[in-house]
Amino acid sequence: MSDAFALYWRYVAISIRAQLAYRATFAMKTIGHLLVTAIEFFGIWALFARFGTLGGWTLREVALIYGTTDIAFALADATGRGFDKFGTILKAGDFDRMLLRPRSPILQLLGFELQLMRIGRLSQGVVVLVWASVAIAWTPATLALLVFSIAGTSCLFFGLVVLQATSAFWTIETLEVWNAFTYGGNYAAQYPMAIYRRWFRGFFTVIVPLALTSYYPARAILGRDPLGPIHVLGPAAGVAFLALSFGAFRLGIRRHASTGT
Amino acid sequence: MQIVVEDLAKTFRVAERTPGLAGAVRGLVRRKHREVAALAGVSFSLAAGELVGYIGPNGAGKSTTIKILAGILVPDGGRVEVAGRVPWKERIEHVRRIGVVFGQRTQLWWDLPVVESLDMLRHIYKVPAAQFRTQRDELIELLDLGKLLATPVRQLSLGQRMRADLAASLVHAPAILFLDEPTIGLDAVSKLAVRGFVKKLNRERGVTVILTTHDMDDIEALCDRVIVIGDGTILSDGTLADLRNRVTRERWLTIDLGDSGEVSDPDATVIRRDGDRVCLAFDPEVVTPAELIRRVTSRHVVRDLFVEHPPIETVIARLYQHDRQR
Amino acid sequence: MTGYLAIVAARFRALLQYRAAALGGLFTQVFFGLVRIMILRAFYAASTTAPISLANVTGYVWLGQATLLLIPWREDADVAEQIRSGTVVYELTRPLDLWGLWFARAVAWRTAPVFLRMVPMFVIAMLVVPAGWGLAPPPSVAAFVLWSISFGCAVLLSAALTSLMSVALMWTITGDGLPMLVATCATMFGGLVIPLPLFPGWAQPVLYALPFAGMLDLPSRVFTGDISVAHAPWVIAHQLGWTLALALLGRWLTSRGVRRLVVQGG
Repeated sequence: MSDAFALYWRYVAISIRAQLAYRATFAMKTIGHLLVTAIEFFGIWALFARFGTLGGWTLREVALIYGTTDIAFALADATGRGFDKFGTILKAGDFDRMLLRPRSPILQLLGFELQLMRIGRLSQGVVVLVWASVAIAWTPATLALLVFSIAGTSCLFFGLVVLQATSAFWTIETLEVWNAFTYGGNYAAQYPMAIYRRWFRGFFTVIVPLALTSYYPARAILGRDPLGPIHVLGPAAGVAFLALSFGAFRLGIRRHASTGT
Repeated sequence: MQIVVEDLAKTFRVAERTPGLAGAVRGLVRRKHREVAALAGVSFSLAAGELVGYIGPNGAGKSTTIKILAGILVPDGGRVEVAGRVPWKERIEHVRRIGVVFGQRTQLWWDLPVVESLDMLRHIYKVPAAQFRTQRDELIELLDLGKLLATPVRQLSLGQRMRADLAASLVHAPAILFLDEPTIGLDAVSKLAVRGFVKKLNRERGVTVILTTHDMDDIEALCDRVIVIGDGTILSDGTLADLRNRVTRERWLTIDLGDSGEVSDPDATVIRRDGDRVCLAFDPEVVTPAELIRRVTSRHVVRDLFVEHPPIETVIARLYQHDRQR
Repeated sequence: MTGYLAIVAARFRALLQYRAAALGGLFTQVFFGLVRIMILRAFYAASTTAPISLANVTGYVWLGQATLLLIPWREDADVAEQIRSGTVVYELTRPLDLWGLWFARAVAWRTAPVFLRMVPMFVIAMLVVPAGWGLAPPPSVAAFVLWSISFGCAVLLSAALTSLMSVALMWTITGDGLPMLVATCATMFGGLVIPLPLFPGWAQPVLYALPFAGMLDLPSRVFTGDISVAHAPWVIAHQLGWTLALALLGRWLTSRGVRRLVVQGG
């Protein structure tokens, strides 16, 4: 197992080296990415400037939710590149090459590329989160919850990308649907879930448990709800989701072995 | 026997697309499928250290066989054993002992220097440091990679990249090597280099090599044994000479005429005429080469001539036609 | 002309093959549309005064989603490849024609996908989504006609921007970053992130001076009647004016870029 970790970090190292070889492009892409994500928050700011409140939530409160979700998404986005591009990898025949190596193909996909430019979104998320935290009275418990929340949400987003990759085993063409859940889910989760319709909230609580990993912990951190066990279990749902996704992916690998795709 | 293949069968379901705009719209609603039998009972065995050519037309089942032997595809029927293992059942252990080179797709990291790819592979295959160093240095020497080590793979020419890919496939010293179109697109010098290396690898190190290629010069230069597959079945398995004899005893006499005249002979057929160059096909059991030459040179002014076997492509094509007609 | 029609037809055919991708993209856009509307409704619940009515802003969001593919997300891949490999210099007779060729390609390239996405989106937004949440029909026939013209101009504007991105590729460093920059600006300043009328008052003149407003925002507001029929011709003038300006810029840059490529050897 430790050998797998060591190999993963080697993959990360060569990925970083490869990206830094194109220094100018990398700098531009990172800044561009930062701008794109900063613009999203600017939009929210503009709406608050005009309307003042969102269903009883202030901008600073929304900023907490926004920040944690964006950090979680950036982490998943940066590390999940292999799964995100899996359709292309499969089509090019590079997945067969991974199967020809005496290593877990999942490990190889994890190490496929660590997209440094996602630091743009990550730093934007951090800035927003820091701005939001200034107004919060933190305790060790809520701080820990924040970390769990980010970790759990990140696992959830990663799981979505893995499911997206899994669908590529059956058909390359459906991949766009998943954007609704990854990018769409991220977009929706930047706002308090309370503002959405019940069926929408239900979907994002039970099926893709974004509400559990990100919204309810945020409520507890903001003091809107007393801290309870559901707030700890919430992020765990994200981890469970990821585990299930990997299981589905393995099923996909088995199918690939028998149909050759 | 190191590699045993018995009655291998594999069928694929392929989606059908009806052409035209109407077909495309209909395709939105329902897709048709048909079954394609890629392999219908393939059997052969290889001993350790053999250098075998595995050839056939496109779609004959070559890559399907290779994928099954490599362990990444599961057959529908039949038995396969490679070095005592069933490839797809013990993928990791099996794959640790084979090397695969795809002529059309590199396994090296595109933006990194060659030496870093080799190093990465060492860790992936868990090759001990000392052993790796010896292996790597030998491969660098044999494949003349010394000057290329620091170059990013994307800057290599096709020939250089193929040499690097060969080295990469051998970092872990596999006992069996699969080469899929290793000389495709290469210049003449690189082709010779690749062939020389493969031959040396096989003769001196005893590495079993299975070579799929469309380049018949590769086959003639390297393979003692040739297996021909067509439409999912083995059409021929034996030496090159066997293959030729099986299909046709025919020989070709090519002459460069000094005069312009019709060349004809009761025992030979003109199969090609290019200006002054005429090619005659004949059966050496009906008329010996020497006798035919005597007849032709007595009737025409001949500047140059040579006798040869028909090219392998023709042999294969005829073999394939015979099989189709059956 | 028949050549370009053929290109458009071929692109239609090719796109129809990817039925699942089409449905997938549609699903994603409907999803985003619904989320955006839910967010806006929650904001609107707080205040009754807003520069654009909830009904109109709802229609605005759907129209933005329906015509999303007008946004120049990337440069023309074939042209990019030609420039990168240097073979573009062989296409040259006169630089003016080169830009024209790229522009025509961009128009053909955009038209098919935009229509293929727009038609089902309109059906869904007008007929499937429950009343009050969906897209209401235009207030008058005149509004619809003017919107159609405006939409056509938006296609031209989009093509002009795409061509500009292709031109920028002749200068390698800028060429790499420009598509992302343009797409970002087009998204933000086209009203996709936040409807432009909802921006602070001081920002409005700046936003409506930019060309990006002409791609999604202005045509959508003509359709919903937010911009009256009387004012609609100004919208068209805005769009065409910017298209012309970008075209002139594009042609000028093309001739300079070509000269640069020829001197540098590609």
